[in-house]
Amino acid sequence: MMKYFLPLGGFILLCALLFFGLGNDPKKVPSPFIGKPAPAFELPRLYADGETLSPADMQGKVWLLNVWASWCVSCRAEHAVITKLIGDTGIDIVGLNYKDTDDEAKRWLTQFGNPYYAIAVDAEGRTGIDWGVYGVPETFVIDKKGTIRLKHIGPVTVDDLKTELIPLIETLRGESA
Amino acid sequence: MIPEIGHYALILAFVLSVIQGVVPLLGNATGADRVMAVARSAIRAQWLMMAVAFGVLTYAFIANDFSVRYVAANSNTALPLIYRISAVWGAHEGSLLLWAFILTSWALAVSHFSRRIPDRVVARVLSIMGLVGAGFMSFMLFTSNPFARQFPVPAEGRSLNPLLQDPGLAIHPPMLYMGYVGFSVAFAFAIAAMAGGKLDAAWARWARPWTNIAWVFLTFGIALGSWWAYYELGWGGWWFWDPVENASLMPWLVGTALIHSLAVTEKRGAFKAWTLLLAVFAFSLSLLGTFLVRSGVLTSVHAFASDPGRGMFILFFLIAVVGSSLTLFAWRAPKLRSTGRFELTSRETGLLINNVILVVMCVTVLLGTLFPLITEALAMGKYSVGPPFFNAVMVPLSVPLFIVMGFGLLLRWKRDTAQRLMKQSALVLIASLLIAVILPLVWAPSFEPLMALGLLMASWVALTALMWVLRQGKSPFKQPLANWGAMIAHVGMAMTITGITLVSVFNSEKDIRLEPGQSYELAGYEFRFDGVDTVQGPNYVAQRGSIFALLDGREVAEMHPEKRNYGPGQMPMTEAGIDAGLFRDLFVALGEDLGDGAWSLRVYHKPFLRWIWLGAILMGVGGLMAALDKRYRKLAARDALQLNAQVQQA
Amino acid sequence: MTPARKRRLTMVVLLVAGVGLAAALMAKAFQENMNLYYEPHQVTAGEAPVDHDFRLGGMVVDGSVRREEGSLTVQFDLTDYTDTVTVNYTGILPDLFREGQGIITRGRLNQSGSFIADEVLAKHDENYMPPEVAESLKKAGKLPDGEAQ
Repeated sequence: MMKYFLPLGGFILLCALLFFGLGNDPKKVPSPFIGKPAPAFELPRLYADGETLSPADMQGKVWLLNVWASWCVSCRAEHAVITKLIGDTGIDIVGLNYKDTDDEAKRWLTQFGNPYYAIAVDAEGRTGIDWGVYGVPETFVIDKKGTIRLKHIGPVTVDDLKTELIPLIETLRGESA
Repeated sequence: MIPEIGHYALILAFVLSVIQGVVPLLGNATGADRVMAVARSAIRAQWLMMAVAFGVLTYAFIANDFSVRYVAANSNTALPLIYRISAVWGAHEGSLLLWAFILTSWALAVSHFSRRIPDRVVARVLSIMGLVGAGFMSFMLFTSNPFARQFPVPAEGRSLNPLLQDPGLAIHPPMLYMGYVGFSVAFAFAIAAMAGGKLDAAWARWARPWTNIAWVFLTFGIALGSWWAYYELGWGGWWFWDPVENASLMPWLVGTALIHSLAVTEKRGAFKAWTLLLAVFAFSLSLLGTFLVRSGVLTSVHAFASDPGRGMFILFFLIAVVGSSLTLFAWRAPKLRSTGRFELTSRETGLLINNVILVVMCVTVLLGTLFPLITEALAMGKYSVGPPFFNAVMVPLSVPLFIVMGFGLLLRWKRDTAQRLMKQSALVLIASLLIAVILPLVWAPSFEPLMALGLLMASWVALTALMWVLRQGKSPFKQPLANWGAMIAHVGMAMTITGITLVSVFNSEKDIRLEPGQSYELAGYEFRFDGVDTVQGPNYVAQRGSIFALLDGREVAEMHPEKRNYGPGQMPMTEAGIDAGLFRDLFVALGEDLGDGAWSLRVYHKPFLRWIWLGAILMGVGGLMAALDKRYRKLAARDALQLNAQVQQA
Repeated sequence: MTPARKRRLTMVVLLVAGVGLAAALMAKAFQENMNLYYEPHQVTAGEAPVDHDFRLGGMVVDGSVRREEGSLTVQFDLTDYTDTVTVNYTGILPDLFREGQGIITRGRLNQSGSFIADEVLAKHDENYMPPEVAESLKKAGKLPDGEAQ
């Protein structure tokens, strides 16, 4: 009798809907920032009172912007990987200290070490908004012309270094300014 | 080292659950008793392993072992001990561990308390629960391992979401999960019965007490969640029709239908296919609830962490479990013959009508919850429906539900007459009408039709239940515990109806701006604002307001709402100031500092609010009494004897 | 018809009628209570309804929050980085309402084209962005994807 298949049919419809809902995930869409110039900012530097940092200071070289905070747990896992990346490639990484307090950030860096080239303080998270930061950590690769070439969401892993970041950094270094 | 022990225990538990899932089925197929007996040993070992895993994670939280990523992400040294323990199930990985631990605990309980049920049935039931457990454990091991380590080890953890640092929420998830997972027992019995092909009323009898207990936990869990949302979210509401709340309401609605339908199948041999279907649905909706909360498909105030990858896993798990169950149902159900014939005027009809209404309510909640997804899938745009939708459908549906709830109890099984029913109910009906008309005239400031309707329904439901216990022929004190349980549960429902009606009709609220020393009058109470000062909590700093409520110039309540700041990376929290009472709640929440000592405040007067939760407590107590009735054990023993005798003859 | 069949038929008719009634009730409730989501540029383009509630989402513009002296009325601008709509709200804003935050409001347009909100929603999570807002900002080439740490 067909009527006994009705519940199954309804369930299949429901699953199709839920499957659609999962596929509808906004995370899978690539960032609109790729290929665009890095948004400008002028932020105070941690450990250097009175000095500021802006993307223009980094013009002419390949660099990374790593968004982190002392309250972010995944950043701890990422910290060792970031340090390794600098050791392997000698790349300059600017840390964007996001929605944090200077004291907490310094304590964190004293504990784990400070691998960064420089740290820009974005206490209010305004710059984060300009850069499309939605969560911490996030990492951007910027080329010699100041264009964003890659955005990595979530902690960078050792695998990411091998498959994604190191090859890209080497290609970008080969490009002319 | 210790976290690895937990991880290994979890892996072992997974292996044991696969054994528990597969081996007894092989034994069943070959009829080998020894092989089937594996189920009972496997579940004991598995429970032990899960207890070790759960204990290890709890220990990691107590000992502040931040090398475990889950601990570091959800706890810190400043967190009070009680919240470090409740933080174990405060987020995704740990709540799954709790889910699986509770599942093995239910399975252990089934194996322990089912000595009178034939071994082959128990073997099948445990095997099904083992397979469900294996699914959940593999989910944990492959996508969300709670014991994953991180190096370097952070000195301090991130802390638990401040919303979750609350005693109500410490016990809300375990209660809810006890209910969700408890429906797996009824589910397993139903599947076992379908798979075995022996579809008499015996399975319903065995499953009934388990289903009742699961329903009790779910009732308490939902009530706790509602209470928590009321005092913790600071919005003064007790139900928001939020997707996560709906996810717990849906299994409750179907579960309520199920406990009544099981009674008909067990006592009268009717509704056989329907009861099987409800048993499958109740547990499927529990799984669906987990999916909705964990996958991030729907956004909600309660969904704290979400991950589509995990969502995909749960979806496939859902398809495997529910899809195969419904296929089995479609295959077996046509062979079912209901043995219990009944007339149109009979208790069976009443229960059937209410079953249908409850299921329609559940479908309404499901459609409303998934509406944003549906409209988007049909490319209609981004629509959503809010509480007005749910209220517009649920309120009219509940009126016939409550009417039939009363008649159903007064009707006789199998055959009754309209005349007898009228004679039985006339007195109750008149009494209810009198209450519904006189009480609003005497007590309320104005006559509200909605209030009269609510009171009519409440007194009808309560009085019919009382009448039913008194008119059973026997002295009310010699009646079985189950009858008393049903009566108390129905009276509890009446209390909840009263609470919902009165708080909806007479709730008053106001957002106001007050300077220190200023007052505002609401619902007869004068709220005097005495300013705000700063206080230091264990792991937060709070702005703490002082508000005094005066009735006829006399001080009756003192309230201290707070605005807490838990430090960087954490959101601020509003802690309401509440003066609770049996007949009214006063509620004050701090808004923001408007300068010069003035603050914006939200004040509420909520009459009879507590009745909503008191009613839920009564429902739970009633359900518990019904589950503990000796009758089940006697009849289960009789069934088992019959079945064993049949086996020996054959 | 035998009595048994007659009974069965009555039952089926009753059930079908009841469920049909419930379905009609649901359809009516859906029709009356669905709120469509609009973005600020759709409002300025006149696409949003004038006499019906809808939801409006966007980012709260930096420095746009103005509080009326001595009352609870707040005014702020919502933007999708294409266009901006002014929102009026009387009452207490949620804990997480702040400038630069993605929020959703529910309410309707008044005669002068500004939005009167009955409800302002900001989620209880520091890193949260309502998905509708996230998507419309993405379309405007501004923001976001990613996950909360």
